[in-house]
Amino acid sequence: MEKKWTTIIVPKRKLLDLRLWELWQYRDLIWLFIKRDFSTKYKQTILGPLWFVIQPLFTTLMQTFVFGNIAKLPTDGLPQFLFYMAGNVPWLYFSLCLSGTSNTFVNNSGVFGKVYFPRLTAPIATVISSGLNLLIQFAMFMGFFLYFLCRGSDIRITWIAALTPLLIIQIAMLGLGFGIIISSLTTKYRDLQALVAFGVSLWMYATPVIYGASTLSPKLFTVIMLNPMSPIIELMRYGWLGSGTTPFFYWGISWITTAVVLFLGVVLFNKVEKNFMDTV
Amino acid sequence: MEERDIAIQITGLKKQYRLGVIGGGTLQGDIQSWWARKRGKDDPNRKIGTKKHHKNETFMALDGIDLTVCKGERLGIIGHNGAGKSTLLKILSRVTGPTEGRICIDGRISSMLEVGTGFNPELTGRENIYLNGAILGMNRAEVTGKIDQIIEFSECAQFIDTPVKRYSSGMYVKLAFAVAAHLDSEILVMDEVLAVGDMKFQQKCLGKMGDVSSSEGRTVLYVSHNMNTIRQLCDRCIVLDHGKKVFDGDVEEAISLYSDIKKGNLSAQVDLRDAKRFSTVNTMRSISFVSAAFLGREENCFKQEDRLKLWLKLDSKIDIEQAKIRVGICDMYDRKVASVLCRDIGAIRKGDNEVTLELSFAGLATGTYRGDLIVFDTNEFGTVKEYDIVLEAFYFEMENKLEFTWNQLKWGPVRLPDMNVIR
Repeated sequence: MEKKWTTIIVPKRKLLDLRLWELWQYRDLIWLFIKRDFSTKYKQTILGPLWFVIQPLFTTLMQTFVFGNIAKLPTDGLPQFLFYMAGNVPWLYFSLCLSGTSNTFVNNSGVFGKVYFPRLTAPIATVISSGLNLLIQFAMFMGFFLYFLCRGSDIRITWIAALTPLLIIQIAMLGLGFGIIISSLTTKYRDLQALVAFGVSLWMYATPVIYGASTLSPKLFTVIMLNPMSPIIELMRYGWLGSGTTPFFYWGISWITTAVVLFLGVVLFNKVEKNFMDTV
Repeated sequence: MEERDIAIQITGLKKQYRLGVIGGGTLQGDIQSWWARKRGKDDPNRKIGTKKHHKNETFMALDGIDLTVCKGERLGIIGHNGAGKSTLLKILSRVTGPTEGRICIDGRISSMLEVGTGFNPELTGRENIYLNGAILGMNRAEVTGKIDQIIEFSECAQFIDTPVKRYSSGMYVKLAFAVAAHLDSEILVMDEVLAVGDMKFQQKCLGKMGDVSSSEGRTVLYVSHNMNTIRQLCDRCIVLDHGKKVFDGDVEEAISLYSDIKKGNLSAQVDLRDAKRFSTVNTMRSISFVSAAFLGREENCFKQEDRLKLWLKLDSKIDIEQAKIRVGICDMYDRKVASVLCRDIGAIRKGDNEVTLELSFAGLATGTYRGDLIVFDTNEFGTVKEYDIVLEAFYFEMENKLEFTWNQLKWGPVRLPDMNVIR
C-alpha cells in the first residue's frame, strides 16, 4: 500500500530520531509555557518580581561578609561586593536552569500523561523563563557596577564583555543538558532529586564564584577549569570588571563539554519520554 | 476493493506491563541488586519468600489488537475496567509506546483523555484556552481565530477572565471540551470526558461531535461506560475484553454483548450469602438474606403488566415482630431510580424464614436495572434500622412495547401511566 501516513507508531524508535522539527511546530506552546511560568510564579505574593532581586542581593551580601570580611579571601583587587555579585548572577542562572529542568517529568506527569506534545518544550520553556530572572538580576548588577564606577573603584570593561550573550547561551545549554539528564533518570530513581539540591551547592565551590581562579595553584587551576562552568564565570568577571584570568583554552573545552552534555541529554530524554508514563 | 479512506490502521498491537514494583525505586537498591546478581548471590532487596524470577511476571494490557478505522467513522470502544480501553487510547495519542505492533495514522490526532488536561489554575479562562489549544497542537493564530466560538460554546463567557481555580468542576469540563471540540485535527480521541458535565451540556457535546464527524468528515474515537451516549454518537463499536477485541461492528449488538458480560447472573435463583453488601453492614449482622428468586420465571425479563412473585429466604439470629422489606432499583449508570416497599412481612423468628412477595415493576421504562434488597425495621419514632443491605441482588430487564424507542437518558427511567384525552 502506497498510502502516505502522517504518523506511524512503532515500539522502537531509532536512538537518533530526535524529532527536533516538532519543537519548531510547537513554538507557540513554548512561548505560552514561558508566559505561564512568569505570570503564575509571583501571583499572590507581596513582593512579586522583587524576589528576583532579593535572592542574589542577600547572597552577595552574605558572601561579602563571610568570605570577604571574616575569611578575607582575595578578590583580584576588585571591590568585594561587585566581585561576588559578578560570580553570583551567572551562577544563579545556571543553578536555576539545572534545578528547574531536573524535575520536568515528575512535575509535569499530569499533563504528559494525557496528551502528546514534544516533551522538550517544557524544559526549554523553563530555561527561557529563567532567563528573565537573569535579565533582572543583570540589570541590578549593572546598577551596582555604575555606582562603583562613579565612586572611582578600579574596575574597567574589557572587550570580553561583548561575549556575554554567548556565555549566557552556553550557561542555558549546560543547565538544560544536565537538567534533562537528571530528569530522565529521576523518572526511575527519585533519589537523584535530593542529589540535585545539594549537588548544585557543592558544585558552586568547585567553580570560581567566591574565589578568583588566579589564586589557585597551577595544578588545581587545571582541575577547576575542567569544570565547564569555571571558564564561563571567569570570563564573565574579567569582561565586566577587568581583573582575573582569561582561560580561553579551557573555554573551548567547556564548549565541547556543553555540546556533549546537551546532546547526551536530548538523546536520553528522547529515549525516556516515550515510555516514562509506565515507570514514573 | 474500493473502500473509504483509512484514518487509523492498527496491526498486532500489544502492550505489556511488568507486574509489581518496577525497579528497586532507588538507585542504590538497583545497584545492590545488580551487584548481587553479578556475584551470583541472592538479591538483598528481594522480598522474603518471593521467587527469584518474580520480576519477569508480566501483564498484557493489550494483547494483539487489529483495527482499521475509516475516515469520518465514529467508533465507540466499550469494555470493563481493565479491558484495555484507556491503554489503547494512550498509545494512540502517543502518551506511552506500544510493546509490539504498528499503528499508522493519517491526520492529526487530538485527545481529550481527562478533564482539564494542562489547565493551569492560576491562569484565566482565556489564557487557558490558548495554553490548552497549544498543548493540543493548535498555534496561536488558530486559537485566536476560534476563540469567540470556543467561549460561546463553553457557556463561560461571564467568567472567561477569572482564574480557573475559581471555576466549578462543571465549568472546567465545559471549557476543556470547548477547546478540544474546536480543534482542526482530523481524529478526535475522547475518554469518558462527558461524565462530569450536566445533562444538557452532554447532549450539546454529543451533538457537536456528531456534527463535526458528519459535516467535516472527522473521525471520532469514543470510550465510555455510558451506553446511551455510545448509542447516540457512534456508528460502529468495538468491545474489548482482557486486552483482546471480542466484537467489532453494530453498536446495539456490541452493547448487548457488553451488558451480558456485565450481568452474568440472570439465573432464576440467586445465592445471596456472599453477595456484595453495603459498606455499613458487617458480617455479624443479626438478619441476613440467604437467597432470592422470581418464582415461575425462566428469565429476568419483565413486562409492565407482569405481576411478579419474589421469593426470599432470610436467616435470623433475633426475633422481630414487624419486619419490612425494600427493593431498591438502580439503572445501568448506578442512579437510584425507585424503591418498592412491603411494610409488613410479618414476624421474623430465629432461624430460617421464607417469604413470598407479590410486586410489579410497572412504571419502569425500557432498560436494564439492578435490584438491591434491604430488610429493616422501624421504632416508635419512625427511625429506620437496616439489618441487611444486599447490593446487586439481581438484574432484570424491562420490556416496554412502544412503537418507538424510549430514550432513557433523555426521557428518564420512569414511565408514568399514559395520559388520556378527556372529551
